[in-house]
Amino acid sequence: MELFTNQVLAGIATGAIYACMALAVVMIFQAIDHLNFAQGEMAMFSTFISWQLMQWGLPYWWAFLATLIISFVGGIAIERLLFKPLAKAPILTNVAGFIALFAIVNSVAGLIWDFTIKQYPSPFGSSPFLGSQLISTHQAGMIGVTILLLIALYLFFQFTRIGLAMRAAASLPESARLVGINTSWMIALGWGMASAIGAIAGILIAPVVFLEPNMMGGVLIYGFAAAVLGGLSSPLGAVIGGFLVGIFENLAGTYIPGVGNELKLPIALALIITVLVVKPAGLLGRPIVKRV
Amino acid sequence: MLVTHMRLGAFSAALALLAASSSGALAQKKYDTGASDTEIKIGNIMPYSGPASAYGVIGKTEEAYFKKINAEGGINGRKINFVSYDDAYSPPKTVEQARKLVESDEVLIVFNPLGTPPNTAIQKYMNSKKVPQLFVATGATKWNDPKDFPWTMGWQPNYQSETQIYAKYILKHKPDAKIGILYQNDDYGKDYLKGFKDGLGAKAASMIVVEESYEVSQPTIDSHIVKLKSSGADVFMNITTPKFAAQAIKKNAEIGWKPLHFLNNVSASIGSVIKPAGYEASQDIISSAYLKDPTDKQWEKDAGMIAWNQFLDKYYPEANRADASVMYAYTVAQGLVHVLKACGDDLTRANIMKQAASIKDLELGGLLPGVKVNTSATDFAPISQVQLMKFKGETWELFGEILTGDVGG
Amino acid sequence: MSAAEEVVTEAPAIEAVPKRAMTLGLGTSLVVLAALAIAPLFVKNFIIFQMTMLLIYALAVLALNILTGGSGQFSLGQSAFYAVGAYTSAILMEHFGMNYALTLPIAGVICFAFGFVFGQPALRLSGVYLALATFALAVAMPQLLKLGFFEHWTGGVQGLVVTKPDAPFGLPMSQDMWLYYFTLVIAIGIYIASINLLRSRSGRAFMAIRDNEIAASAMGVDVALYKTLAFGVSAGITGVAGGLGAIAVQFVAPDGYTITLAISLFLGMVVGGVGWLPGSIVGSAFIIFVPNIAEGISKGLSGAVFGVLLFLVIFLVPHGARQVAMVAQQMLGKLKKN
Repeated sequence: MELFTNQVLAGIATGAIYACMALAVVMIFQAIDHLNFAQGEMAMFSTFISWQLMQWGLPYWWAFLATLIISFVGGIAIERLLFKPLAKAPILTNVAGFIALFAIVNSVAGLIWDFTIKQYPSPFGSSPFLGSQLISTHQAGMIGVTILLLIALYLFFQFTRIGLAMRAAASLPESARLVGINTSWMIALGWGMASAIGAIAGILIAPVVFLEPNMMGGVLIYGFAAAVLGGLSSPLGAVIGGFLVGIFENLAGTYIPGVGNELKLPIALALIITVLVVKPAGLLGRPIVKRV
Repeated sequence: MLVTHMRLGAFSAALALLAASSSGALAQKKYDTGASDTEIKIGNIMPYSGPASAYGVIGKTEEAYFKKINAEGGINGRKINFVSYDDAYSPPKTVEQARKLVESDEVLIVFNPLGTPPNTAIQKYMNSKKVPQLFVATGATKWNDPKDFPWTMGWQPNYQSETQIYAKYILKHKPDAKIGILYQNDDYGKDYLKGFKDGLGAKAASMIVVEESYEVSQPTIDSHIVKLKSSGADVFMNITTPKFAAQAIKKNAEIGWKPLHFLNNVSASIGSVIKPAGYEASQDIISSAYLKDPTDKQWEKDAGMIAWNQFLDKYYPEANRADASVMYAYTVAQGLVHVLKACGDDLTRANIMKQAASIKDLELGGLLPGVKVNTSATDFAPISQVQLMKFKGETWELFGEILTGDVGG
Repeated sequence: MSAAEEVVTEAPAIEAVPKRAMTLGLGTSLVVLAALAIAPLFVKNFIIFQMTMLLIYALAVLALNILTGGSGQFSLGQSAFYAVGAYTSAILMEHFGMNYALTLPIAGVICFAFGFVFGQPALRLSGVYLALATFALAVAMPQLLKLGFFEHWTGGVQGLVVTKPDAPFGLPMSQDMWLYYFTLVIAIGIYIASINLLRSRSGRAFMAIRDNEIAASAMGVDVALYKTLAFGVSAGITGVAGGLGAIAVQFVAPDGYTITLAISLFLGMVVGGVGWLPGSIVGSAFIIFVPNIAEGISKGLSGAVFGVLLFLVIFLVPHGARQVAMVAQQMLGKLKKN
């Protein structure tokens, strides 16, 4: 039983990582109605920027704030420069664009900061949280920030004009244009916000996994899985999905005899696909009805 | 063991003598494709892109080192032309690049290609073409097989012999140990694991209480550490690459697990593992080494280290000196230069293999004092000596004798 | 969240490609064929090897094209089928001493079955969800291949070395050249069969599903059957390509069949033009040669150079090689009129 609680707690701790990333995934999905494969790399790059700023002597929170602004502007710039021209191109061509962006960001980061791991500080420290050695104060802080972010996003999308306009622009672009929403800029704004949320995710994840150009590769797979499991249209679903994937994975690794340990990830993914087969829009996603 | 080793030593000495006298007798110049009066063409394959791109720095350091050799007049007057290609750590691409090097660029040898799967993919091809696949950059045990693959030679101490040394240490100093193992689920991790189990012998089954494996695609290994701790193990065999090693060290400290911790040499760098993980969390970890760690203060005034720093200042100033791969590449490039010099004017592929198999007690600036390069016609494992070390304060303390752990291929 | 269900008139993810536009004219085909048949006589063995790989990846891209361009299903998991094909051939050749040529149909059939079975759960998924499911398959495959349980056959993490076949009947040609022509014949066969498949009743059913699934089912197309069939056919062809790849490379290992391969094949399809079968070979050339070019420009930034080149291509021709071919055709047409 102790092993069980331990694994669940450890699952929640790693789940927080996935949840963070999943939020950024949902954010971009709200804006462009698609998954951005370069998102993890963009988050990694933002984290490196904040690390560099701290190396240059900026205090943590100033570096944090500066990184958020740089990432937000950078996200908008990427959309304007690289993806706006592709707006009329087929979706699959856009996906190829994401892959190209992935390659560029990863390679440039490797050249600038090389591939050795860097230590990244945590604002919350890393002592045991509430006496439990399984969750550190950093991980607790991470869960806290994720929940705050979730609430902020919920309020933004439900109650602000811009938030509503963004949702409208993503799901019904033509109708949105008719009511006077500048859909093109809504998409750019979505990129900016997704990039900034990605930066927060990266900054929270880096103290746990260490900072290096490939740090987001694995995280992104889990982030996608979590977001899809929870329902891509629901930030709450994404966060729940993140924690579920973390717990799933640990329990599969611990309790499925023989192959569990070696096949943790495939088993977790298979479970998610099973869930999707039963509930194709994810746990909390809205089903989409197509009109012929 | 000792006796056979001495015999081998004597045998290789005789062979070296023979080689020296024969190359003296045949003073006229002899060349194979890729060598001429002015140039020696060396091929190389590295993962400059893709998942293993961290190792690309090895190719870059080698290129810088050959630039230095060329600037200083080359090898017996010949300049090294270093052609290095990217295989992204994908075996089909390695085959394509190896064939391009051999058939299109017409290199003399392929030197230090990286990774066990990529090297396995080209081994048969290289041997059928009779082109040396020299000093491969992998610690797998199978490269020391001169009988079946006379054109392939390893370089660094192999993984299996390293964990055998830890196993023997455990049997001697902690015979009642309960061992927990964490290993990377690939050829590298499995090789280390095998060596460890072989080293424990019959007691392996009873001593190892838990074995955990992880995939490189996993973001963290925290849950494995939790499981290892709850198994009650008091010895931790940590077979992980740098990022995961640092995570493991840090997590151990966080959850208060203090086993006797053995860390594989792959991740023993102070600059790129121990420091990010934290000095305090790393106290008393045991590992082994054959290279000097440039980030370890004890070598600050060492002559070999000073030469290394001068080389980097001049030819590769942007190199990250905390990256263990830079020292590795420097040393293996020196090894190649030694072999090429020994070849004199007979730059045939056969002679290169012959000279590579006749290295006797070669000492290189980057190797630990006492660690020497030795090969023979039957021993294609150039470096097979390591020394144990324990982390104290902010530096590795070497202890015990220089150990030899040759495992046949 | 809002209780009302959203109703969307969704544009199909894959644009409709009329079936005649999916192929090349007879004249052009013959010219390409002649070039492919004669070229190896004039180049080094190494180039022949590259050309063999070109054909093999072209087959794999073609297979994806049938799935995505034909039936509108998106897959990031083709590397898994490729791996199964490669391992099937390798295991049959090395453990059972089977002739290499005989292993290919077996690899094809096994992969067809695998794809057909995988197509069942995939039926319920579409768009990003299907992308994730296939992506999961690609991520899982190398781990499955490494599994200790199969190690006796797969060689585990070490992989399997495969023997390269000699030319039969004492033909005076190198192993590489023989394998090239062998691959070429298979590739042509599969290409012709694929074109015929898309022109047949099944092909029309695929395209009806791609363009509008609901309308297709209203017209009496068995959507479930044809969708899974498309998966099966695509996987089968990919499997044959994988088997050929194993023979040409002479080695199979889990590291050769990672998600990177699936992504490469996907890029090949986009660059070649989604739904345009002859584009497959252009796409295949892109994924083989552009990384080499990128690396030639800069070692440290090869990934970035590759990304930039890819962006250039999709900016200039968002519809891939198909667009180039269409423009060329129009210009030819104008010339003829004048």
